Amino acid sequence: MTFQDAPDSKIPVPRGPLPVVPPPRPRRAVELTIDGQSVAVPEGATLLEAARQIGIDTPTLCFLENLTPVNVCRICVVEVEGSRTLVPACSRKAEPGMVVHTDSERVRLSRRMVLELLGSSVDLSTAPQIPGYMERYDAHPERFGPPAPPARDHERDLARPGHHHPPHDGHAATVGQPVKVDNELYVRDYSKCILCYKCVEACGTDAQNTFAIALAGRGFEARISTEYDVPLPDSACVYCGNCIGVCPTGALMFKSEFDLRQAEAWDESRQTATDTICPYCGVGCTLTVHVQDEKIVKATSPIDHDVTRGHLCIKGRFGWEWVNRRE
Amino acid sequence: MEETDLVILWGSNAREAHPIFFHHVLKAIHRGARLYAVDPRKTTSAQWAVSGTGHLPLHVGTDIPLANAIAREILAAGLENRSFIENATSGFDDFRRSVEPWTLERAELVTGVPAAQIRELAHAYARADRAVLCWTLGITEHHNAVDNVRALINLSLLTGHVGRYGSGVCPLRGQNNVQGGGDMGALPDRLPGFQHVENDALRAKFERAWGVTIPPKGGWHLSGMFEAMEHGEMTALYVIGENPANSEADQHRTMRLLGGLDTLVVQDMLFTATAELAHVVLPAAAGWCESEGTVTNSERRVQRVRRALPPPAGVRDDVEILCDLARRMGRDLGNPTAEELWNELRTVSPPHAGMSYARLEAEDGLQWPCYDESHPGELYLHGRLWERPVVGPRAPFKAVEHDPPVDELTDEFPIRLTTGRHLDSYNTGVQTGLYASPLRRKAGIDLHPEDGWRLGVAEGDPVRVISRRGSVVAPVRFDPGLRPGLAFMTLHFPDQVATNELTIDAVDPDSGTSEFKATAVRIEPMRPDGTDARLAGRQETHGSALHRPRA
Repeated sequence: MTFQDAPDSKIPVPRGPLPVVPPPRPRRAVELTIDGQSVAVPEGATLLEAARQIGIDTPTLCFLENLTPVNVCRICVVEVEGSRTLVPACSRKAEPGMVVHTDSERVRLSRRMVLELLGSSVDLSTAPQIPGYMERYDAHPERFGPPAPPARDHERDLARPGHHHPPHDGHAATVGQPVKVDNELYVRDYSKCILCYKCVEACGTDAQNTFAIALAGRGFEARISTEYDVPLPDSACVYCGNCIGVCPTGALMFKSEFDLRQAEAWDESRQTATDTICPYCGVGCTLTVHVQDEKIVKATSPIDHDVTRGHLCIKGRFGWEWVNRRE
Repeated sequence: MEETDLVILWGSNAREAHPIFFHHVLKAIHRGARLYAVDPRKTTSAQWAVSGTGHLPLHVGTDIPLANAIAREILAAGLENRSFIENATSGFDDFRRSVEPWTLERAELVTGVPAAQIRELAHAYARADRAVLCWTLGITEHHNAVDNVRALINLSLLTGHVGRYGSGVCPLRGQNNVQGGGDMGALPDRLPGFQHVENDALRAKFERAWGVTIPPKGGWHLSGMFEAMEHGEMTALYVIGENPANSEADQHRTMRLLGGLDTLVVQDMLFTATAELAHVVLPAAAGWCESEGTVTNSERRVQRVRRALPPPAGVRDDVEILCDLARRMGRDLGNPTAEELWNELRTVSPPHAGMSYARLEAEDGLQWPCYDESHPGELYLHGRLWERPVVGPRAPFKAVEHDPPVDELTDEFPIRLTTGRHLDSYNTGVQTGLYASPLRRKAGIDLHPEDGWRLGVAEGDPVRVISRRGSVVAPVRFDPGLRPGLAFMTLHFPDQVATNELTIDAVDPDSGTSEFKATAVRIEPMRPDGTDARLAGRQETHGSALHRPRA
């Protein structure tokens, strides 16, 4: 072997070749028909992706690009010719020759029913997508009657399968219950929870891998819970807030936002959202800083950012308080 | 990262210090990649390592013996990447000779890691198709930090795990712009773009661009500056965004030297402990949310920071302050915007030349080097080592020898104290101290339960922690992830427990980094009334320990 001298740090190293990134595995194109239009998507694409590709807007609640689909909300269902049941567009893969209807009467009826059941039993007042969906599918949750009074604190957490008795005085059964405020960073208002499972996924293998929360109970008493319903500070929670980031209804909310809403001071029309980089380590997470009246009110991260995929840690999510406190 | 087959975290608790990076590691693990964690503590990162054998709990400061033993085992098993070594490296024969004495058995004796585990890691690393070797301050906060890093680089050269997609070495940077600061020339011997100030042609380029004469010699690094203060060579200090009064090792000495300066100017976004000592304090905007500009992360990705809100009244942008200062000194630099400054940099720093603000916006940041506007930026470095023949100089193996921590363990100071971060806090806590984290643990000292039993203290009891430089009182917390004889503290709460009164400022001669990771201490229980519980006769020993000269 012959060796040259070691590089001298005073002499710049010359340009090398461009890095080689292995090309993605080639994927066969799959052709199918959606609402009479023919569309070709790569093998493995879902019906939701295929529909979006030709500009068909499909409602979703439990789906998010950075999480594994769990098909629980059933709002994205579509009709596939030859299939006995409606199928969830978010997870059903496109197959060659499929004929799909996304706006048939059967689909509309199903989506309306889902919205009405959710709307009658859950407080959807802070779910931004819902009013549009309700209007689009002519949903009238109020036809199930006025909401029954909320449960007492922890009543639902202690409920066992089979305990549920629907109210019989013309009221609609609800998941109403007091807000859980057990720490200074975020609150859990399970009156607003549609059990979409996103928070469990973000806390689990899809992002944080902390496994602090899971689904407890069965039937109407099913709920998201820490182990044995302990308060968050006693649980495995590490306060990354990635569950807040994925919650579609505002059930999980920054304490800062919750307090402003309580004071009727939360006003998104007065807010700006600016992308910058988190100061707390060398990873370079994009932080979207939400500012109202020159105070930071919350921090999020864009779902399509390569570094974070929408997820943050406790410091990035909550560590900005000092900026507001400077005189 | 996500498509690699094997990850080694060496002296890195990424789960807590780089949580979102660790998300990517977890994706790789779920895909089937194996994680090995080399760390004296069984950290929350190490808990994700290969079950049973993936955590290598070495003694503090024995990284080089471990790395050399891994190298020797790879060579003994014939698993080195011979064609890569021949094509792209130099110094291999010397290196091979230097690791020869490091048998698995000897390494086990010195490092405390069972030989079978060292062997397993050696074989796994060498046989992996793709492998990434990451390190953090567990490697670099030592008096022989640069040698530690070289020992790890040797392993990557030996196996060819460098310069390929999914294979490489990766120091995880601790701040959002510690990479960018170095890139911009905030190093004693570099101009922007890592261009060496002692290279005449490069220096001349900057002199032409700036119309000034640049001193042809490198300056002092941080520890060198404190040496210079000690010798009276440095009498004025201008500190921008740093809190040395809390963050430097051996706080007694630091405070004495900072207090003895003729002029101390501190420019910071918060009134730090260093600012309290300053003659002039310049309140500065928060760079990450009250200023425009760029920062560069650990993967060399230059990204934009933007002003999300205005700074409070009387608080000004760093650039404004510096330009005003220059005007007072007789040089008008105008009022450049962040983008104008960046474009000036692009004209003098070739690796940044292709990064216009428009591209940084459109492409969500770019990874240097990016030589021109059509250059895509580079996902990984050192691909040139795989060209035949190699492009540019060969990558050198560097034989490195074991050099134990300066602060020796003795009967008087039998416990090894190491330092690190908690998930919810950051450095000296200037910023993170102000949000109500439910995870926040009070400042204290973490001990193995067995040491607690030996000392006769319970969790929460205050103890006196004494090093050769100082002593502090801190409550005890038990952590079974430690081992008997190993203690852990953070630097997050200097007002409660000034950990840096204990640490040693033994410094790496090349990097200037202090050995925060290896302090020798003695721990003494306290009486309930706050006095030391041991016999009064030993108090004198304390006194002499406190006043002993620096090691």
